[in-house]
This record gives sequence, C-alpha cells and structure tokens, in this order.
Amino acid sequence: MSLVYKTRQIVYGFTLFFIALSGFAQMPIFKRYYIADIPGLGWLDQFYVTHVLHYVFATFFIGFGIYVGMDFVLNKKNISGLTASGVVKIAVIVGLMVSGGLMVAKNLPGIYFSHTLIYVMNISHLGLCMALLMASAYTLVRRKAWIK
Amino acid sequence: MQAIALAGKREKRMTSKISRRAFLKGSFTAAGSVAVSGSVARAAASLAAEEKAPLVTVIDISRCIGCEECVYACRESNAAKYPDPQKPFPKMIPKRVPIEDWSDKRDVTDRLTPYNWLFIQQAKALVNGQEQELTIPRRCMHCENPPCVKLCPWGAAKQEPNGLSRIDADICLGGSKCKAVCPWDVPQRQTGVGLYLDILPSLAGNGVMYKCDRCYQRLEKGHIPACIEACPEDVQTIGPRSEMIAQAHALAREMEGFIYGEKENGGTHTLYVSPVPFDQLIFEQGKGKPSMGRVEDRMADGNNLARAMLIAPIAGAVAAFGKFYKRVKEDG
Repeated sequence: MSLVYKTRQIVYGFTLFFIALSGFAQMPIFKRYYIADIPGLGWLDQFYVTHVLHYVFATFFIGFGIYVGMDFVLNKKNISGLTASGVVKIAVIVGLMVSGGLMVAKNLPGIYFSHTLIYVMNISHLGLCMALLMASAYTLVRRKAWIK
Repeated sequence: MQAIALAGKREKRMTSKISRRAFLKGSFTAAGSVAVSGSVARAAASLAAEEKAPLVTVIDISRCIGCEECVYACRESNAAKYPDPQKPFPKMIPKRVPIEDWSDKRDVTDRLTPYNWLFIQQAKALVNGQEQELTIPRRCMHCENPPCVKLCPWGAAKQEPNGLSRIDADICLGGSKCKAVCPWDVPQRQTGVGLYLDILPSLAGNGVMYKCDRCYQRLEKGHIPACIEACPEDVQTIGPRSEMIAQAHALAREMEGFIYGEKENGGTHTLYVSPVPFDQLIFEQGKGKPSMGRVEDRMADGNNLARAMLIAPIAGAVAAFGKFYKRVKEDG
C-alpha cells in the first residue's frame, strides 16, 4: 500500500468521523444521553457550533472527494478498477453530497422548498449516512479496499 | 368586498368596546384607531394577491392597551390545533428528560405555552426620569431565515413563501431544538402527544413543539390573522414587506420612535415600533417570556460557509489537474 493511499485513507477516516459526529449532533441527542456532559465534548450540544463544523468538514469532504475522483479518472482508470464495496461507498457518498447540497441551499435565506422535499432530504441524508457508516465498518473489518 | 366587510365588522366591535377603551386610554387613541383601520382593511384586501410574497406585520406598541383581545382571538382561531396529550406519559429514559405538561394549565395567558401562542408582555421604561408602562403583544417573530425551520433535523418545520414559519404537529418529535436555536425561545413543548409515541416513546422524542403559525389557515383564505382582526386598537397591520417597512419607518419618524425586528436575527417578518428605545425597556423575566435584546444573525456563519462551499469542488478539481499537469510535464 503506497504512502499516498495510506495518507488518503487517514484523511478520509478523520473527515468521515468528524462529519458524521457533527451531523449526528444536529439531533438533540448528545445532551439527553449525557455525552455532551463528558469534559471536552460540551460543544456537541451547541447546535450553531456543530452546524458550522458540519459545513467546514462537508466543504473539505467535497473538495477532497472531487480531487481523489478526478485524480482517479486522469490516471486513465475507470469504474472497472473499483471494488464492489468501493462502488457502493462512492454511490452513497455522491447521494450524501447531493442531499447535503440541497439542504445547504434550503438553509439560505429566501429559499423555499416544499415540506415534502425537506422531509425527504432529511430522511435520505440520515439514511445515506447510516448506510455509509455500515459499509465503512464492513470494509474496515473485512479489509476491503476501494480499488482492485 | 372583503375589505368592506372587515371594516364593518371592526366598526361594530369597536362600538361594543368603546367604553372599555375610553377608560383605558382615552378618546384620542380611539379616534386614531379609526384612521388606521382603513389601512388594515386595505392590507387585508391585498393578502390574496400577495400571498406568495413575504408578508410583514407592523406592531405599534404605543397603541396597545393590553386588553388581551388578540390573545383570546388567537386561542379561538387555533384551538383545533392545540395538543390533546395521552396520559400517563411514557417513562422517559434517561430520567433527565423533562416532562413538559401544560394540559392542566391551558388557561395560562401571561407567557408562551403550547396552548398560548401569543401573550401580552409588560415592560417599563424610564424616559426623562418618568416611568412609562408599555404592553407588547409577543409571539413568534417569523424570521426571514428562521433557524427553527432551517435547523430542524427532522424536517418538521417549514417556511412558506408568504414568510410564515410553522411546525407540523404530525411530524414533530418534540426534541426542542427549535426552541434552543430560536433567539427568543419561542416554541413550547407539550409531552405526551405526537409521532414519538409511535416510534420509541421512552428513548427518542418528547412530544410536539407549538408556536404561532400566523393563522396560516386564515391566510390561505385571504383573511388576516385572528390577532390582527380582533384588536380594537389596530395595533397590528399586515401587508407586503416593502410597504410595511415603509410604514414602520414612517410611524417611527412620526413618534420619534424605534424599530425592533427589521435587523434582528438577519431580519424578521415582525416589526415592533416603540416610542421608547428597546434597550431601555425593562421586561418581566421568566420562561416563556422572550426578551427584546439585540440579536445577531444566528444563521450568518453557516450561510457564509455555504457560499465558500461552492469553491470546494473547484479547488479539488484544480488540485487534481495540477497534479496531472506536473506528472505529464515530468514524463516529458
């Protein structure tokens, strides 16, 4: 495994952890279940802080994802070079970026989405996040790589 | 036609209440209210045409006599939306999760509750050494970019193009995040009602959040909200944003007064006009009694980052092309 690949894995893992943590913190659960009472984790109960952190990590995640994806394409590799779990994770990540992007647009002033669309976006973003975390746990345990 | 009917209804109500009003504030105010009622009626007539454009209410604090007509009109208009909780409530896990039950205190009118979406707040101020008492109708400000709607993790709240924000009681889980992010702590929770009872009642959720929805069911039919229609002093007027902002400024100039709500939290659809500076008002304190302090735009940081987010894909693409270009150049 090359140093570049390892570095990318670490950056991806770090970003995924914090983007998921700040994402789950959008729900009022960390205070309820005493997690925000743990010294150093009080910020998990500050909704505006976790909102901004989620945006920061999402911004980095999008930039990083585009970089890795285009680097893959520019190296004249195609989808057949990816493992099945890699394809699934990429599809889920694209779904997360699309639903997340729509939610970011929804949060801007003067933007009105239908209530149904808002509800679908929220549920799909949460569902896709859960799917990515489960797929990531599976590939970590089974030591499945992204590329063949 | 509707404007005429409204004006007639108002005139009739005003007649029946004239002695009370005269007792409270004198004939000068009564004469003024007649003059203003014309503009209220015109605003009502324009609602149907403007229903897709943001509507703003102007609240002239100097006219409010604290009679609570608006409070009772609100309760009457929205009674069908009030919670009817099932008891006993599910045991909450962990125990720190508070049971919030207002079902036995439905008559409370001196604060915001799930059964009282509008209340009259008392405030005092010292002006030139003289103490002045003001009564202020308080309810949801209906922010231009409402954090309660935008940050609800469950999608239970929504904002409509006419500027009102409301919570869907069929979807809300009662997590109270909307209250935590509201600069004025407006939404109020009732335990024992709503969707959470059908999911994991002990472990997730805690009821439904309630607040003023600006009588959306009346606006949909081209009627003005009940609190505005019921006011015998025409304290509130409603209309298209640009007109109402101009009206608020004209009113402030006329009374050498001050405006609250135009800039707060990035702008709201409720503009209070007061003869006394808002930072000199001394409010009764307590839960369910919002302040009128300075409020920065709470969504500003997130929205600035959202714009920066547009650069992220470009930066990623540039970096990948840069790496590709360098490699091609090195390969000759």
